[in-house]
Amino acid sequence: MTALTDLSLSELQAGFRRGDFTPVDALRALEGRIATVDPSVDAYLSRDFDSALAAAEKADIHLPLGGVPIGIKDAINVLGESCTCASKILAGFKSPYDATVIAKLRAAGAIPYGRLNMDEFAMGSSTENSAFKKTRNPWDTSRIPGGSSGGSAAAVAAREAFAALGSDTGGSIRQPAALCGVVGLKPSYGRVSRYGLVAFASSLDQIGPIARTTRDCASVLNVIAGKDAHDSTSLDAPVEDFTARLGNDLKGVRLGIPKEYFVDGMDPRVRAKVESAIHRCEQLGAELIEVSLPHTPHAVGVYYIIATAEASANLARFDGVRYGYRSKNPRDLLDHYMSTREEGFGSEVKRRIILGTYVLSSGYYDAYYLRAQKVRTLIRQDFTNAFEKVDALVCPTSPDLAFKIGERVDDPLRMYLADIFTIAANLAGICGISLPCGFVDEGGASLPVGLQLLGKAMDETRLLGISDACERALTEAVGSARPPGL
Amino acid sequence: MSSPNLDVRDVARLARIELTDEEASTFQSQLGRVLEYVEQLRALDVTNVEPTAHANPVFNVLREDVVRPGLARETALANAPHSANNLVVVTKVIE
Repeated sequence: MTALTDLSLSELQAGFRRGDFTPVDALRALEGRIATVDPSVDAYLSRDFDSALAAAEKADIHLPLGGVPIGIKDAINVLGESCTCASKILAGFKSPYDATVIAKLRAAGAIPYGRLNMDEFAMGSSTENSAFKKTRNPWDTSRIPGGSSGGSAAAVAAREAFAALGSDTGGSIRQPAALCGVVGLKPSYGRVSRYGLVAFASSLDQIGPIARTTRDCASVLNVIAGKDAHDSTSLDAPVEDFTARLGNDLKGVRLGIPKEYFVDGMDPRVRAKVESAIHRCEQLGAELIEVSLPHTPHAVGVYYIIATAEASANLARFDGVRYGYRSKNPRDLLDHYMSTREEGFGSEVKRRIILGTYVLSSGYYDAYYLRAQKVRTLIRQDFTNAFEKVDALVCPTSPDLAFKIGERVDDPLRMYLADIFTIAANLAGICGISLPCGFVDEGGASLPVGLQLLGKAMDETRLLGISDACERALTEAVGSARPPGL
Repeated sequence: MSSPNLDVRDVARLARIELTDEEASTFQSQLGRVLEYVEQLRALDVTNVEPTAHANPVFNVLREDVVRPGLARETALANAPHSANNLVVVTKVIE
């Protein structure tokens, strides 16, 4: 018999409705699974089992996500729970309110359960920048799970979460989903309210689901999407049923292959898996069209100017006055600020705040920040042009397999380049999804490879339909493999 | 290699972050390399290109001008590192 924790969200809900088991059974099975595997994966920072149990006992299984536990990245506020962004500066912080996505999950019957590890303030691609613990990739626990939503992706992959929320500023949902062999969706900018998500780069951040199937991502998006009076950047778009095109096939679907996303320097084994997946889609009727996104090589540079600039402003709020860590016995107010931030922030956060402050500073603003914003326009136009010819773009999610813990910590630029295929989608505000497309054997482990699909802004219904069709097309390539030894 | 214009200590002071000597020297070289990398943006012609601040911008988002509930005082103070008499206690700012 399949373990309860192996079920997808939709299977779990079907089981509830058939009366095979209850939300309390599911929560207890999940907690049992966490107790067994999390000592090796270290995805969770904390959990409040008693509150979740109380919610499960009175769950209405007929609601859209009734009785379903969902793991939450530690950057999203859940009333009464800790919210640290994996930073020492927020150690002990308890959220005074629910983020809009949490309020929406609760209204749909879901149970937010557990705080998932991440890179500090979502700055990183490996989850090694957490101040509290290193999350491990369930496929090989000597390797990183990706980041920054590494706890979310690892938990879903290790069957210690049915689904989770992450946030994606430059690939932080899609890249860990790829490296952990699960499905991760970054919605279009404005599709999901950011109210209650601790801000990293406000013009790029977006909350989205990580789950084991495209269908499950669509079900969660159905609940969390929509205009919110608390987030002026959320878009007033029609409420769609994002599951509407699931089950469609690939006949006549125009898939664009951006030539700039198949570059020297990427792992040839990753490239081979992605190309083989694209070939399979073609066999099933997809029309392949080569397209060009000529400004792609500049995306990483633009991103690390814009994202750090926005971060330097957003993280100014961590001053040790109203909440969070405060340095002891400061000499004066300046020392209070400087020591608090020195002691409270980790290295990567300091590096990025300094870089962001520099590119915004008088004399350098035009050369760096303004120029980056202009190149952002060119990157956005590349996508607009491409989507005139195709329904979605298909490419790798990450140029590499999951790398070893510690391998890149001393080389920030190399770490930044790991985001080369995911960053442009955030700059352009479009939607993107990563799904597993195969495995590569490496050092005795079998490591997942992610296929990325990008859709135009607010075109999630179509994107999810194509992703679901690809998922079914790739069943053979991906198989039913699950992380070993867990 | 380090960027000639970047003085990490000076910028860190603007950002209100104290740095140890070791951090200052590591960041100086790491950020120097990042700045060298982003120099590639100078090669592009951006004449007459409008800057993008938000990818899917919306304008003039207003709400009804009505009072809405905010955090209760106790709730707002619950996370303060130091509070007394229903106030946040701050580091002395005047002699």
